[in-house]
Amino acid sequence: MNILVFVESAEGKIKKTSLEAVAFAHAMGGNVTAIAIGQTEQAELENLGKYGAKKVLHAADEKLNQGVIQAYAAVLAKAFQDEQADVLVLADSSLGTPVSARVAAKLDASLASNVVQLPDTSSGFVVKRSIYTGKAFANVSLTKPKKVIGIKKNAAELKEVGSPASVTAFQASLSDADFSTKITSSEKATGEVLLPEANIVVSGGRGMKGPEHWGAIEELAKTLGAATGCSKPVSDMGWRPHHEHVGQTGVKVAPQLYIAIGISGAIQHLAGVNSSKCIVVVNKDPEAPFFKAADYGIVGDAFDILPKLNDAIKAAK
Amino acid sequence: MKILVCISHVPDTTSKINFTDNNSKFDTNGVQFIIGPYDDYALARAVELKETSGATITVLNVGQADTEPTIRKALAIGADDAIRVNAEPTDSFFVASQIAAQAKEGGYDLILMGRESIDYNSGAVHGIVGEMLGMPSISPVMKLDIEGNTAKLAREIEGGKEYLEVNLPFVAGCQEPIAEWKIPNMRGIMSARTKPLKVVEAVSTDSGVKLQQFELPPAKGAVKMIAADNVQELVALLKNEAKVL
Repeated sequence: MNILVFVESAEGKIKKTSLEAVAFAHAMGGNVTAIAIGQTEQAELENLGKYGAKKVLHAADEKLNQGVIQAYAAVLAKAFQDEQADVLVLADSSLGTPVSARVAAKLDASLASNVVQLPDTSSGFVVKRSIYTGKAFANVSLTKPKKVIGIKKNAAELKEVGSPASVTAFQASLSDADFSTKITSSEKATGEVLLPEANIVVSGGRGMKGPEHWGAIEELAKTLGAATGCSKPVSDMGWRPHHEHVGQTGVKVAPQLYIAIGISGAIQHLAGVNSSKCIVVVNKDPEAPFFKAADYGIVGDAFDILPKLNDAIKAAK
Repeated sequence: MKILVCISHVPDTTSKINFTDNNSKFDTNGVQFIIGPYDDYALARAVELKETSGATITVLNVGQADTEPTIRKALAIGADDAIRVNAEPTDSFFVASQIAAQAKEGGYDLILMGRESIDYNSGAVHGIVGEMLGMPSISPVMKLDIEGNTAKLAREIEGGKEYLEVNLPFVAGCQEPIAEWKIPNMRGIMSARTKPLKVVEAVSTDSGVKLQQFELPPAKGAVKMIAADNVQELVALLKNEAKVL
């Protein structure tokens, strides 16, 4: 089985979720080729070999430094054909998911996103996908010869299995139509851990009483190397930016540890966090529904607990 | 301007999810169905565009007869007419094929839908429709303004957003805060009853995706409560028991 993996980079570095996609492809037991599109550091590309890529392709055309959905889809479809791939694997993301849809349509491939574990190939090719926003799973059989699968965070364990790979330039044949969407500018929080990539997330809700109290959340996040998140009311009220909203209609996270401070735990919020490995809830209301979904809970005042927790974690390090 | 808004008919976000028939069917018992929340944002933005610059809005749903109250609600919110493709929306490729077939006939300037449906969460329909129609597709879109033949959009990316420009026609998968959800008023509800709703049969297609079985996640164990004056214990548990620190 030939597997092509699309790896995404941000500021020249390969995203961790994309490394997981390479590890996932390696664990599937195929011949793995990774492809990066746009500006990516050479050492980062070579490094993909450590996670199981036999070969690394780099489409470095400078027009590709911006993530234009159609252009990326065109590059991936060509690479898929050139490499005679059977499966394209990528990490689901705000770019990867829309791109994967177009690639699947171009290739006439079976498509599945939000895949949570390795495919079962004992009879056919069956993947397990997360559905109903994390409230259930569907096992679906992908029946076309070509397949495109998007994986959810933590679908594969990240471990080093090989040595650095050699990198080959990939010539994409692109047309003007592929760039009919122009990206004029972007705004991005820098120097922060990105929410969908984070191993630990510290989130605040209305119990934080106002944006001026977020310092304590940020402090704890900094100590833990965590990303900061928030509940929907908090982002609706403009206390925090929209890209931090965790929940049904916001970001769905799957960290090792999710710490919720002053969030009551509406079912729409739980939908965004139910893939977390471990959930800690701090709330002054012992009846807060979030406790039912938590692994550990503390009933108490956020402003009292946050600094204490921060100190205790620092002391334990 | 002709706008096509594609809506899904999905369980309310507070629904408990269960399956029947040996985990092969969704259990609709006691479940309230709604317009997909992301699709509802797309519809709301379409209605705003209609109010500010004039447009006709056609709403499209792929679903069986039981989705008609959901379609009527979209008409009450401000769509002018509706198409129901009479079939079960089994997967993204199937649904996208139906939308593309209808869009080819309709000649729309703008095709809007949610970034994903909240039942299967694929987030793929806009991209497949775009590819099938040879149009750009952009998602997840959180801002959309149109000036003449050009649209200015903002797309959410991890940790921020990017701004884009594209010429009509194109396909967009929408999310908040593109517009505020609209609640139908009495006049809207009354007029929705008589707005045209066309039922068409599905085009046949092989999506290459076959459901085998649904599955529910294992039940969560009981929460372990820790005293507020003993955060050290929590840290020790996270380190030694949960092994997440």
